[in-house]
Amino acid sequence: METRHLTCICCPIGCQLEVKMENGEVISVTGNNCPRGAAYGRKEVTDPTRIVTSSVRVSGSVTGAKAVSCKTAGDIPKGKIFDAIRDIADVIVPAPVHIGDVVKANVADTGVDMVATKEVI
Amino acid sequence: MYDVIIIGGGVIGCAVARYLSHYHASVCLVEREEDVCSGTSKANSGLIHAGFDAPHGSLMAKYNVEGSKMMPALAKELDIPFRRNGAMVLCLNEEDVPRLEALYENGVKNGVEGLELIGPDRIHEIEPNVTDDAVAALYAPTAGIVCPFLMTVAFAENASVNGVEFKLDTEVKAITPAAEGGWTVQTEAGVLKAKCVVNAAGVYSDVFHNMVSAGRKLHITPRRGDYCLLDHTAKDLTDCTIFQVPGKLGKGVLITPTVHGNIILGPTAVSIEDREGVNTTAAGLSELLNKAGATVKQLPANQVITSFAGLRAHEDGHEFIVGEVEDAPGFFNCAGIESPGLSSAPAIGKAVAEMLRDKLSLSEKEDFIPTRRGILDPKTLSREERNALIKEQPAYGQIICRCENVTEGEIIDAIRRPVGARSLDGVKRRVRAGMGRCQAGFCSPRVIEILARELGVESSEITKSGGKSNFIVGTTKDRY
Amino acid sequence: MKEVDIVIIGGGPAGLAAAVSAYDAGVRSILILERDKELGGILNQCIHNGFGLHTFKEELTGPEYAQRFADQVRERSIAYKLNTMVLEISRDKVVTAMNREDGLFDIQAKAVVLAMGCRERSRGALNIPGFRPAGVYSAGTAQQLVNIEGYMPGREVVILGSGDIGLIMARRMTLEGAKVKAVAELMPYSGGLKRNIVQCLDDFGIPLLLSHTVVDIHGKERVTGVTIAEVDGNLKPIPGTEAFYSCDTLLLSCGLLPENELSRAMGVEMNRATNGPVVNESLETSVSGVFAAGNVLHVHDLVDYVSEEAGAAGRAAAEYVRSGGEHSGGHEIPVATEGGPRYTVPCTIGPQKVGETLTLRFRVGSVMKDRFVSVYLDDERVTRRKRQVMAPGEMEEVKLTRTMFDKHPDLQRITVKVEEA
Repeated sequence: METRHLTCICCPIGCQLEVKMENGEVISVTGNNCPRGAAYGRKEVTDPTRIVTSSVRVSGSVTGAKAVSCKTAGDIPKGKIFDAIRDIADVIVPAPVHIGDVVKANVADTGVDMVATKEVI
Repeated sequence: MYDVIIIGGGVIGCAVARYLSHYHASVCLVEREEDVCSGTSKANSGLIHAGFDAPHGSLMAKYNVEGSKMMPALAKELDIPFRRNGAMVLCLNEEDVPRLEALYENGVKNGVEGLELIGPDRIHEIEPNVTDDAVAALYAPTAGIVCPFLMTVAFAENASVNGVEFKLDTEVKAITPAAEGGWTVQTEAGVLKAKCVVNAAGVYSDVFHNMVSAGRKLHITPRRGDYCLLDHTAKDLTDCTIFQVPGKLGKGVLITPTVHGNIILGPTAVSIEDREGVNTTAAGLSELLNKAGATVKQLPANQVITSFAGLRAHEDGHEFIVGEVEDAPGFFNCAGIESPGLSSAPAIGKAVAEMLRDKLSLSEKEDFIPTRRGILDPKTLSREERNALIKEQPAYGQIICRCENVTEGEIIDAIRRPVGARSLDGVKRRVRAGMGRCQAGFCSPRVIEILARELGVESSEITKSGGKSNFIVGTTKDRY
Repeated sequence: MKEVDIVIIGGGPAGLAAAVSAYDAGVRSILILERDKELGGILNQCIHNGFGLHTFKEELTGPEYAQRFADQVRERSIAYKLNTMVLEISRDKVVTAMNREDGLFDIQAKAVVLAMGCRERSRGALNIPGFRPAGVYSAGTAQQLVNIEGYMPGREVVILGSGDIGLIMARRMTLEGAKVKAVAELMPYSGGLKRNIVQCLDDFGIPLLLSHTVVDIHGKERVTGVTIAEVDGNLKPIPGTEAFYSCDTLLLSCGLLPENELSRAMGVEMNRATNGPVVNESLETSVSGVFAAGNVLHVHDLVDYVSEEAGAAGRAAAEYVRSGGEHSGGHEIPVATEGGPRYTVPCTIGPQKVGETLTLRFRVGSVMKDRFVSVYLDDERVTRRKRQVMAPGEMEEVKLTRTMFDKHPDLQRITVKVEEA
């Protein structure tokens, strides 16, 4: 039986979770204040994922903006964070850009899009 | 071949350049940093001493008193922020009173006007915040404060307008006699020749003197002084410059207002070997806060917004070395210029210019432009004038440095003028952007953009103070 | 001179929320003055997640959160000026501002909402000795360069300060291709959210050095390294523990200071514990008709609370304008504290002016476990809430109601107590 101690990252409270595992299977999660914490505890030890936020270059902005912030539309495997960053390194999006616009579809082959999070004119 | 090459773009070199530009002569000032005012001239107390401190009969005394007398007219001519705020040397112990009296006598002999020995009542009448431990003080009403950056820049701009050539980023490597007479000055950018050379090289002035003279060798020990700068909110601490009775290593830690409404504490005095050792130390900062704290009732130490250090060019003889070197004709020293160097700059500049005039039989220019208008500060204009200016030049309507209230128009002016700013520190010294309480946190990205645009270079090429002091190392994800 | 009912200084999250709520409370003559080229304030450079959980029940990035409020401002056609710097506010609420198009101009306001946010503590204010090379940045300035301008300020980074900005920048710099060698923190605990320790440091193997600080900066032109030392119980460096970390960048995340230059210049009474104005239950300062909200009032951790607070200030400003300034003054009771709170916002409460609800916010001075937070009106406890953990880095809230005050017509004392369980 293995016990892992984690901090939940779902919300700013940051509950201290205790996850008990046996043979790679999660037996229990305790310490969470809400169901999201239990789900996170389970996921973090079996298939950890993250939302990645970054920025990409913008061209042709009338306000002279040089970059637009972006995020993965959903979480992606933690191990693919840098692949996702590499995959958007050469992206240049033309202005105007709207929140939710796809700046890179299926980033790093995760099935998740990288979308803009800022309005740029 | 130039008539004169001046080595060093600090306040002394620029002063010599300015006074020399009165005369018909080809003059070139070489400075190894990217801007004038990059050495000791940018890290000192900003004082125009009354002149009571320098030993009677010395060049220090002579040039200090003369420089102090020249300042009011010069400040008007060249638009240099300067005012006579007065100074007080405090005696905190009865047994130091004789030293105070000796200082007074020395000052009178030096020709300083208005000196007074005063007691505790008068001390507190003038400056209520002075410590109650003060038993006596020497009061010097003619002591003044000046902006050392603008003083140096004003000399440089006026010299440039009157024909002096400035070669910045040009380090002098060696000086040798030229076969045809005069001097060969070797720099990294090539060889220059001149009939006469002026050595105003600050902490390196001994190095250049010793290259040309077989006689007395000069030896300079850099003597570092740490300073702290207090926010404008501390400005009511004192209006007078407050000293303590001087010790062996110098005038000691002082408290002074600056012309821009800050308070400076410092300097300490530590002899070091590194001629580039302008780093502050924990011990130095702690020492100066303690010593300054001894002279006033309540030192607002939590109002410190920055600290810095400067190096005094202390020569073994503790005296200015000004004039032609006997066994190196045409080589003129301005060496060992430690305190009261800033105060003496106008006098030294004029004296050395006149020495060169006589040496080279120079004639006076008819079209010499004696005056300079400084960088326009829109805050000094009336509302109507300011709005008229903004209509004509909208850049004056955009605040870039919010702590010191500096507009884009002023920054552009600082860059475009003769011997203009080419780095963030250059802009800072000329218009104060970055000198306020947030210490360039807000304005530096904006100033970088303005410099890049004005100089026609990439933002990544903009530096803090030339050389490799770039701010930006690349663009995001450029390593992938 | 132009006249505007409510002038709002700052178009960041506080200013935007105050504008929207003032409008919804019935005032139409509103003007937001913003110094940046767009609305949104500091949120524009906070491109990370974690905003809006309370307000929108969604997790948004900073720019997305800001856009929600900017949209609300535009939907209501509330007036705003960009690239406009406020230079002065007089005691009679004449606001002097400047921009390229209008030049220098005055506006007579009936009410003013201060929403200027805060700035970062600089290296100079921290008295860190050493050289002064390029490469020393406050974390926020580096964030601006990376997120807005797309520049890298350095390649090998040491960060001083484990507050959220420092932690966020540790991750940001790593993702953009830099190597973050360590985050040093003066205190024995981190000031940032635990989730940020996980997502920004643990995820990338960046060491967190608690009870450490930077004692020297090396490099004459550009940073070449820093010396980090351990500190003792008095936060003083311990001689002999110094270690050199080579790097070309030092980021400082050592505290935020509310930007109250304008407030101080107009004579607003300041609270030394928060560095923000002293305010009453309506978030009104000591100058009648001048309100404050957001980071300029006290430094917040969650923008959701900023929006709530600013919403209350906007409503109060609207009430002030509609009542012709009569909804001001009157008997106010100072809020006393016991057992832990370093300060409270508001500092005073005028019971007759309390609306349906009143949110009281505070921070504790040290980490506290297993406590109750209670509010007493005279000797009666009117609310009590269990708190498992409280930390200086996490702002606390207590909600009071109009009903509670109605039950105490001759109220003398208000006390916020942190009590042992």
